[in-house]
Amino acid sequence: MSRFLKRAYVLFILLMMYAPIALLMVFSFNNSKLPIWSGFTLDWYIKMFNNAGVQEAFMYTLIIAVLSSLGATVIGTFAAIGIHQMTGWKKNIIMNITYIPLLSPDIVIGISLMMLFSVLKLPFGLVTLIVSHITFSIPYVILSVTPKLKQMNYNLYEAALDLGATPGYAFKKVIFPEIMPGVIAGAFIAFTLSIDDFVVSFFNKGAREETLPIKIYAMARKGVNPTINAISTIMFTTIIVILLGINIRANKKAKVLNARK
Amino acid sequence: MYRKSLAYPYLIWAAIFIAAPLLLIVYFSFFKDGVFTLHNYQKFLEDYYIEALIRSIHLAFVSTVICLVMAYPLAMILSSRQMTNKEIILLLVVLPMWMNSLLRTYAWASLLENNGVINSILNALNVPKVQFLYGNGAVIFGMVYNFFPFMVLPIYNVLCKIDRSLVEASYDLGANKITTFRRVILPLSMPGVITGMIMVFMPALTTFLITRLLGGGKVILIGNIIEEQFTRTRDMGFGSAVSMILMLIVLGTLSFMSKKDSLDKGGGLF
Repeated sequence: MSRFLKRAYVLFILLMMYAPIALLMVFSFNNSKLPIWSGFTLDWYIKMFNNAGVQEAFMYTLIIAVLSSLGATVIGTFAAIGIHQMTGWKKNIIMNITYIPLLSPDIVIGISLMMLFSVLKLPFGLVTLIVSHITFSIPYVILSVTPKLKQMNYNLYEAALDLGATPGYAFKKVIFPEIMPGVIAGAFIAFTLSIDDFVVSFFNKGAREETLPIKIYAMARKGVNPTINAISTIMFTTIIVILLGINIRANKKAKVLNARK
Repeated sequence: MYRKSLAYPYLIWAAIFIAAPLLLIVYFSFFKDGVFTLHNYQKFLEDYYIEALIRSIHLAFVSTVICLVMAYPLAMILSSRQMTNKEIILLLVVLPMWMNSLLRTYAWASLLENNGVINSILNALNVPKVQFLYGNGAVIFGMVYNFFPFMVLPIYNVLCKIDRSLVEASYDLGANKITTFRRVILPLSMPGVITGMIMVFMPALTTFLITRLLGGGKVILIGNIIEEQFTRTRDMGFGSAVSMILMLIVLGTLSFMSKKDSLDKGGGLF
């Protein structure tokens, strides 16, 4: 394959992936409901900000993402530390249970939790959404903290104890700083998963409490609506900025580490 | 502070919110009002449902193959050493994985619809309207578009780890490019290929969103049937039975694939 062909192929793939997103963004500024360019406008953004339903959904999305990622990170981090101490069949069983939400289809997680909540007679709403988001996020936190625990030198913790630190103090000063990158990565994954989730939320939403993806789905089913383009533009831009920021920071860090060597 | 008991809150959580819901699926699929019955599974044997199952497997398989055929060359290009800017390109390929798949699918739907962008361009060129959406083709397209990065990443990871000296040895021993690819590179990249196939096949098999947005309710897949039981028909028993069948297919595929080639031979996603 010649160099030109390779470049063309890469370009073709990127075009397929980004052209629809770019066009969606362009048409969010279009002064017409039809997909024909007829002048610049911010009307759809104004409409979006004035739409009470969208505002509410946006607020719920953020609340759920913050609380569920926080919950999943705390439970998941402690779980990873605890599981790391276990051995044999107990550890195997627990790790297999942890893999269940990773391997089972979203729709099965969604409906199985829905059945649980209706059997428990828990009213669908904020609580069911947060609990379901924590449930599908925890495995990702555990899997991102565990490698850090494996890399850690256990003797450091014992040394701290020998030197008179209380277990709590040694945990705070020795273990926690070591696993911190894994914890932050896990929290970030949990947050993004929560914002992104559609399927599980779809089955566990309340009559009024719904997230942005669900709101968009309801709007999209009614047909073309440039307000959706405006919401999508904002969501895409936010994600791109966050991810690029993290990537640039990681690159800088890598450069600093390389320079130190 | 550094004890096994730290995992207990999670164990309780997992028991209530992971294990119990799965047991509920098993229970509701076999019991109606506390009486054991196979009625829900018998119902699945009706033509309509069997056809939906076959259609789901068929569409998911076709999308997986298309993804593989498109992703392998891309992964090879990205892993080759003379490629510049490959970190940025890889980031761009993987980035959509973090973007809402609902929104991305909607973006294509708004391009392809009967009054969408592509048709209005065609209209301006005096070409008659084309019905892109609401068929198997549109659904396959949506699956490929949504799950493509899941195929690229594992293959790329494996290709990067291949020992260059093996490839050079193959050339030194007189093999040409095609033979080297067939006998050296392809076999060594199989773990990545298998991981990629699983990562695409599974979500494609179980989607109900892509069919709803791009299939317009005309293409019914197994995911749509489950969704219908829980949102409209309210037949939890039958919905559970279909979910059980879906889970069995997923677990069956996973154990079959991972037996052929271990998942943790470096083909993993993370």
